[in-house]
Amino acid sequence: MNLLEILSYGFIQRALLAGTLIALLCSVLGVFLVLRRLSLIGDGLAHVTFGSTAIALALKFYSVMSLLVTMPIVLLASLGILKLTEKGRLSGDAAIGLVSALGISAGIILASVGGGYNVDLLSYLFGNILSIRSEEVVIAALLCLGVMLMLTLYYHELFAISFSDELAKVSGIHTSFINSILVLLTALSVVLAMKLVGIMLISSLLIVPAAGALQLARGFKVCIMLAAIQGCSSVIIGIIISIMANLPASATIVLVNLLFFAAACIIRRFIYPAHSN
Amino acid sequence: MSTEIVATGLLSCSYREGRVLEDVSFQVERGDYVGIVGPNGSGKSTLIKALLGLVTISSGSAALFGTPLSGFRDWHRVGYLPQSLHLVNPVFPATVHETVGLGLLSLKRFPKRLNRDDIGKIDIILEELGISDLRSKLIGELSGGQLQRVLLARAIVNDPELLVLDEPTAALDPETRGRFYAMIADINRSRGVTVLLVTHDSGAIGEHASKMLYLDKKVLFYGSFDQFCCSPEMSSLFGEHSQHLMCHRH
Repeated sequence: MNLLEILSYGFIQRALLAGTLIALLCSVLGVFLVLRRLSLIGDGLAHVTFGSTAIALALKFYSVMSLLVTMPIVLLASLGILKLTEKGRLSGDAAIGLVSALGISAGIILASVGGGYNVDLLSYLFGNILSIRSEEVVIAALLCLGVMLMLTLYYHELFAISFSDELAKVSGIHTSFINSILVLLTALSVVLAMKLVGIMLISSLLIVPAAGALQLARGFKVCIMLAAIQGCSSVIIGIIISIMANLPASATIVLVNLLFFAAACIIRRFIYPAHSN
Repeated sequence: MSTEIVATGLLSCSYREGRVLEDVSFQVERGDYVGIVGPNGSGKSTLIKALLGLVTISSGSAALFGTPLSGFRDWHRVGYLPQSLHLVNPVFPATVHETVGLGLLSLKRFPKRLNRDDIGKIDIILEELGISDLRSKLIGELSGGQLQRVLLARAIVNDPELLVLDEPTAALDPETRGRFYAMIADINRSRGVTVLLVTHDSGAIGEHASKMLYLDKKVLFYGSFDQFCCSPEMSSLFGEHSQHLMCHRH
């Protein structure tokens, strides 16, 4: 099968479009999360998504309709992580671990009690971007538009809290409000990304492009752009390779992303040898 | 226009381990350069953070520019320079220019955007502090002294009326430290900026500060440096010999 033939299929076009939009969201948000040392929030929220998907399936909400259950639960969980960090005398990683444990254990119990929908639930673990439906692409596009709009409107505030919470507060920025926006946008993106790479690999979509961009970027805006380029390219290349080589799309996307990261580390050693250690 | 820039009344702060500040009362007038000194754990940094709303006040009051802290919104009138080395993530990808630009956000309304005039302001302040050549460097590539100047540029780029500095020279060598204090004194004089500076180095700050506040959970002394040198309380605290050595540098 040649490339043009691959691109002529509707399901591949949908996968490429939705995948690129979701990768764009995750990689841009990932820069803020990595710099705020909240990298693993994607993992925690993905586990909550697993639990909430089990609830949705138990309530007989399938496919797009399951978002009606998962979205509010994951949004609440993201705010829960934030509140635990702010008020619960816990560091960010411990708060993420707590919420993550709650999500995954709830999912496992519901799956074992429900029995009949185990197979559906397992498909969410590894994602299946090639089975994405037109209505899911529309939802991804609308949410992507909303999230990108919020990121544009609050860009400087997000930049300021990523640099220093303390300095941002003394600049009159409502840091807890901006932190809430960041985790809520992340929650939305995680729910969307579940279809793309599955619950097990979502955090790599958030972390790896940011980690790659941090190797080469000379400037904050440049870092965001590089992360977006790496994230989107990984999805496009990953989907095409997975079809040509008959490999699972989600794992291929993540491996391509990791290759980009490795390449960025090597390039850094040549371009900035003085700062590469 | 009110000349009282900072005022506290019986201000107290507590952490889990106990009281850090007890009944602290003092006023800072416009144009003052106040050096806040005291031993380790005396509550100097807590006092600064309480005045900036970064830690909760357990009792008493604090006001900036005549407005109680709880209702204070004019953060563009305040510049803040924290102890820089613990603050900056060495892999943060911002350039010096982008970092200094963050200081202008307090002047902006939603949605916050920097325009051409703002870029001009950033260039001017970099020029004034002699760090124009660092413009495109990443903050992780700077030395301690360079980083301190960049964060100072960030703190004063919005022309604040009050500049608050928390042990800004802790990581600097003595020579750079001296130059830094002189630079702050120049900003105080030439721009008329009121300065509140926390330091361990009471001798060096005495060369420039108009007032000294000696803190050890409570205010033990507040007055001019000359009064500080003649104060019998300070003499009994430091011993006459140490006090003489400290003040002799003045």
